[in-house]
Amino acid sequence: MNALFWWLLVAFLLFSIGAFGVLARRNVILVVMSLELMLNAVNLALVATANFRAGAEGAGVLFALFIIVIAAAEVAIGLAIVIANYRNRRTVQVDTYDELKG
Amino acid sequence: MEGTAYLQIAVALITLLPLLGFIVTLLFGKRMGRQAHIFPVAMVTVTAALSIYGFVWAFGHRDETFVWNAFDWITAGQFHVPWGYQVDTLTGIMLLVVGIIGCVVHYYSIGYMHGDEGYYRFFAYLNLFMFAMFVLILADSYLLLFLGWEGVGLCSYLLIAFWFRKKSASQAGKKAFIVNRIGDFGFTLAMFLIFVVTGTLEFTGVFAAAEKGDISAGITTWICLLLLTGALGKSAQFPLHVWLPDAMEGPTPVSALIHAATMVNAGVYMVARSYPLFVQSETAMTVVMAVGIFTAILASYIAITQNDIKKVIAYSTISSLGFMFVALGAGAWVAGIFYLFAHGFFKGLLFLCSGSVIHAMGGEQDMRKMGGLRTKIPVTFWTMLVGALSMVGMIPFAGFWAKDEIVGATFIAGEYVVWVVAMVTVLLTAIYMGRLIFMTFWGETRADAEVQAHIHESPPSMTVPLVILAVPAALLGLVVGLPPEGGWIHGFLEPVFYHPHHAEFRLLGEGGALMLASLLTVIVGLLIAWWLYVRQTEVPARIADRVPWAYRASLNKVYLDDIYAVVPVGATLGFAQWLWDVVDVKVIDGVVNGVAWLWGRIGDGLRPIQTGRVQSYALYMFGGMVVLVAVFAWVWGS
Repeated sequence: MNALFWWLLVAFLLFSIGAFGVLARRNVILVVMSLELMLNAVNLALVATANFRAGAEGAGVLFALFIIVIAAAEVAIGLAIVIANYRNRRTVQVDTYDELKG
Repeated sequence: MEGTAYLQIAVALITLLPLLGFIVTLLFGKRMGRQAHIFPVAMVTVTAALSIYGFVWAFGHRDETFVWNAFDWITAGQFHVPWGYQVDTLTGIMLLVVGIIGCVVHYYSIGYMHGDEGYYRFFAYLNLFMFAMFVLILADSYLLLFLGWEGVGLCSYLLIAFWFRKKSASQAGKKAFIVNRIGDFGFTLAMFLIFVVTGTLEFTGVFAAAEKGDISAGITTWICLLLLTGALGKSAQFPLHVWLPDAMEGPTPVSALIHAATMVNAGVYMVARSYPLFVQSETAMTVVMAVGIFTAILASYIAITQNDIKKVIAYSTISSLGFMFVALGAGAWVAGIFYLFAHGFFKGLLFLCSGSVIHAMGGEQDMRKMGGLRTKIPVTFWTMLVGALSMVGMIPFAGFWAKDEIVGATFIAGEYVVWVVAMVTVLLTAIYMGRLIFMTFWGETRADAEVQAHIHESPPSMTVPLVILAVPAALLGLVVGLPPEGGWIHGFLEPVFYHPHHAEFRLLGEGGALMLASLLTVIVGLLIAWWLYVRQTEVPARIADRVPWAYRASLNKVYLDDIYAVVPVGATLGFAQWLWDVVDVKVIDGVVNGVAWLWGRIGDGLRPIQTGRVQSYALYMFGGMVVLVAVFAWVWGS
């Protein structure tokens, strides 16, 4: 077991927690937070891999930076939608947002 | 082309001027109102003069064939057709017929169509017709001939249906067009075959190949029979003759010009033009003669009981065209063209006369309501008498010399059955033409008092053309057909038909006997007509009662129209109805609606998946990702 395995294990656990939060939590804010957790798990995996694999350092770090920037933008939009939705419906329970169904 | 420069200009103008007249009249005619005829009539007058010049050229150069390829018309790979003119003696005769009769009919129309709301339209169409007809006879290739052929067909349709508000007229126009389409289909196939075999459609090339023997006998027969199919449609021969009697719905000048003197001769002309092909196929020649003689007797039989004056003349035209085909089939090419030449004048004259009679009777066409017009419209009477005597073949009128040569040719060719049938046809012709003349001009007037009060001779613009046409109808035979079998026209046309059946005519021999026989037949026929329709006017009804089936068959045109209404027309309509009811409604609509229904049902099935819950969608996505990763891992996994 080298050190990379442990880094990736942590990233995997972090991702799994995030995925569970996205799928199971009812509060939309917590869903968004869980999403961030997943993104950061990916970042961790990229940076760790970049550190341990020769020749791939630049690309891994660059991808992590991109993801941080895009995640920031995504959070801004996501929270704006959450707030707009809350104003209309007075609730943040994600299972009540079900108008678009067949 | 030194020396023929004038002829080049002439043939170019002969086709261009009527086209110009058509375009100008169509665009500006409406504004010219009552003066709409001036420009087109002027164009046709100049054209007639030029076509006489074309004839004179052919007269002076009878051994030459003038061919001038004006420009490349169609070029596509191996396929090359020039826009080319050809003038030889056969073209010369046709130019004379079309030019003179076309011009005369234009002048006649000024009076006849006076006051019609479609006055300018009529002259525009007539000019277009002249253009197409001249292209047809001046063409030096089958394709260009076909262009004119279709052009005259179009004008025929437009002019038959000229009074298109009348249901019967528009129906007759459609009938003419559709029946001709069947013939044209054969013509088109013939052209394909010719091109495949010889690689060209120009007359010179095709005929050179035919004479060298490059076309096998079987193929030649097929080409000839397919060409004949086209000719049957255009020249109204059995079984495609049914459109011509209905075409009488058109104005009478149209009947005279298109459906008697020029267009219907196009089939005869085309067969005569294709002479080098036809002489090589015994079968085709026999078929031509068989069709001709059968049509001739059939049409005469029908003509005997028709009561519409124009219908009688229409059936006589079909019968005459049948005679021309008999001549072609018997190898008497010159006699056929001679008859075409004479027929153009006397039949055009007969139609124009009937128009004058109808005009005098205030639009009445039923001969049972005429009678006694001899003294009331004398010019029409005398000219029509000339036309009728020429038609029945009375000595010394034009029709006699031409018809006698044809009938004689069948006997000399050894086709005795054809000769007997031809003699019967001559007898019937004399009877029905006599009937027409006697019913119209003799006896008491049977019209209403009101109509009788208005009977008047037609204006000079109508009677002068009658007199002009009566001259060749009477004298043409004496001028060009004497002596029989050796007249001027034989020498004139021999360069075109260079293996003529040459039979020396002897007045005190076979020729004289045949001539006497046909002359006696005509006189007997006229006497029968006189006895039946002047002396013993109740006898025809008694005969009709005695043989009602024969009378009714004749009156109902041998039921051909009724048969056609069931077999081709009814079958086509039934098939169309089936296409509508089954193929369109059930199959096509079924497929279209079925596709929509299928996707609707699939949508219904998949609808429950769309729960509206964001997190279940997220779960699907996640599941999908897991599957994808698993697949990638399995593919690249090591």
